[in-house]
Amino acid sequence: MTLDRFLDYFQTFIPAAWMTLRITFFGILFGVLLGIIFALFRISKYKFLTWPAKLYIGVIRGTPLLLQLMLIYFGLVNIVMIDRIPSAIIALGIHNGAYIAEIFRGAIQSIDRGQKEAGISLGMTGFQVMKRIILPQAFKRAIPPLSNQFIIALKDSSLASAVGVKELLLHSRQLASSNYLMMEMLSIAAIYYLVMTSILTFFSNRIEKKLRVSDHRA
Amino acid sequence: MPLKTAAIIKKQGDEMIEIRSLSKSYGKLKVLKGIDLDVAPSEVVVIIGASGSGKSTLLRCINFLEKAQKGTITIEGKTVTHKSKNLHLIRKEVGMVFQHFNLFPHMTVMNNVIEGLIQVKKMSREEALELGRAMLEKVGMSDKADVYPAMISGGQKQRVAIARALAMNPKIMLFDEPTSALDPELVGEVLHVMKDLAVEGMTMVVVTHEMGFAREVADRVIYMDEGQIVEQGTPEEVFDNPQNERTQAFLSHII
Repeated sequence: MTLDRFLDYFQTFIPAAWMTLRITFFGILFGVLLGIIFALFRISKYKFLTWPAKLYIGVIRGTPLLLQLMLIYFGLVNIVMIDRIPSAIIALGIHNGAYIAEIFRGAIQSIDRGQKEAGISLGMTGFQVMKRIILPQAFKRAIPPLSNQFIIALKDSSLASAVGVKELLLHSRQLASSNYLMMEMLSIAAIYYLVMTSILTFFSNRIEKKLRVSDHRA
Repeated sequence: MPLKTAAIIKKQGDEMIEIRSLSKSYGKLKVLKGIDLDVAPSEVVVIIGASGSGKSTLLRCINFLEKAQKGTITIEGKTVTHKSKNLHLIRKEVGMVFQHFNLFPHMTVMNNVIEGLIQVKKMSREEALELGRAMLEKVGMSDKADVYPAMISGGQKQRVAIARALAMNPKIMLFDEPTSALDPELVGEVLHVMKDLAVEGMTMVVVTHEMGFAREVADRVIYMDEGQIVEQGTPEEVFDNPQNERTQAFLSHII
């Protein structure tokens, strides 16, 4: 394959890459939202909150994303019709939400008990302590595992090809089925994934470094 | 001689803290076995005892960081239980200093001191900063206002923690082994700040192993063992002429 032809093919991946980015972005956004809510439910002292959180996390982590995706797109068809793209976003969101909930829970519980005690000793309410003392420290601790989860989400978005979302993997397979260049097309998709995951890693390292300001010792 | 001559003579019912038959257990382990304790305004009470004697637990119960199963705690005439509403408003009156400082690592020294003022006392930032500067001045930490806790020594951290508690203008200050986590050369600066507070008339309950401090500053020394108050009295009485053999044994080990 000449370089010219390679570049021609390479260009046609741009809309598909954009689609990958979009479903990943909105999927993660939804997932972070669910993650925060269910993490707080999970550590709550009320059983009627911890119980649904445990169920959600258990069921979602215990079943494959591909199955969840198909269940939402094909399985719910008799109850509610959800389009391909929203289906992919919802599935990615719900799936990652369970993992992100566990990441936040771990981060919150890793904050020394003395921090809470110092806060309530000042007369702060439980809500104030959570918002002002615990969560800011927990978010910082959650960044490395979160960025790891975001990278997994980006790669997992390729499963959306199974319900016909025209993202990177589906596009490469469709191209290859007409030009018989399977190796080449898959390799181009791989390059796109690598570039995107590298950018994600770069930014998460930057944020981590920036947030480390208060840890510098004299 | 105690630093203060503050009269320990007191009338019934004007105590700052009144504790009656306070009991607490963790499962089958009884940590506090019916503690009775009164603390008068401006009194400095030092609690000594071996680890596991329940002295820290007692202190933490006064601030409701631990839930006692039995007994009552009355602070300034108001009887408080764990079920009381607005427990956080009562805690506001009681300053607490911890063994491990528990400064907020994501906030500068100044923001540590003014956090309670802004969140709990709803002061404006300007007002809070002004008071914060005064508090840091008091503990000699003005020059470190804008650094993070990770950048200062243990002794400095504890002085900031004291400033943070004092900023709330508490009526009572509780110290839970405030110097136990410090390198020996840093203990003095913290004790010095505490001594100043005692002289100013702050009501203080201090759990410590610093017998020199107890002898010099305390109005009353309490010896605890196995969840009970075994002996109490002036520093002279307890240190120089202990009546109970458990107190004698404890003191002979540490002095």
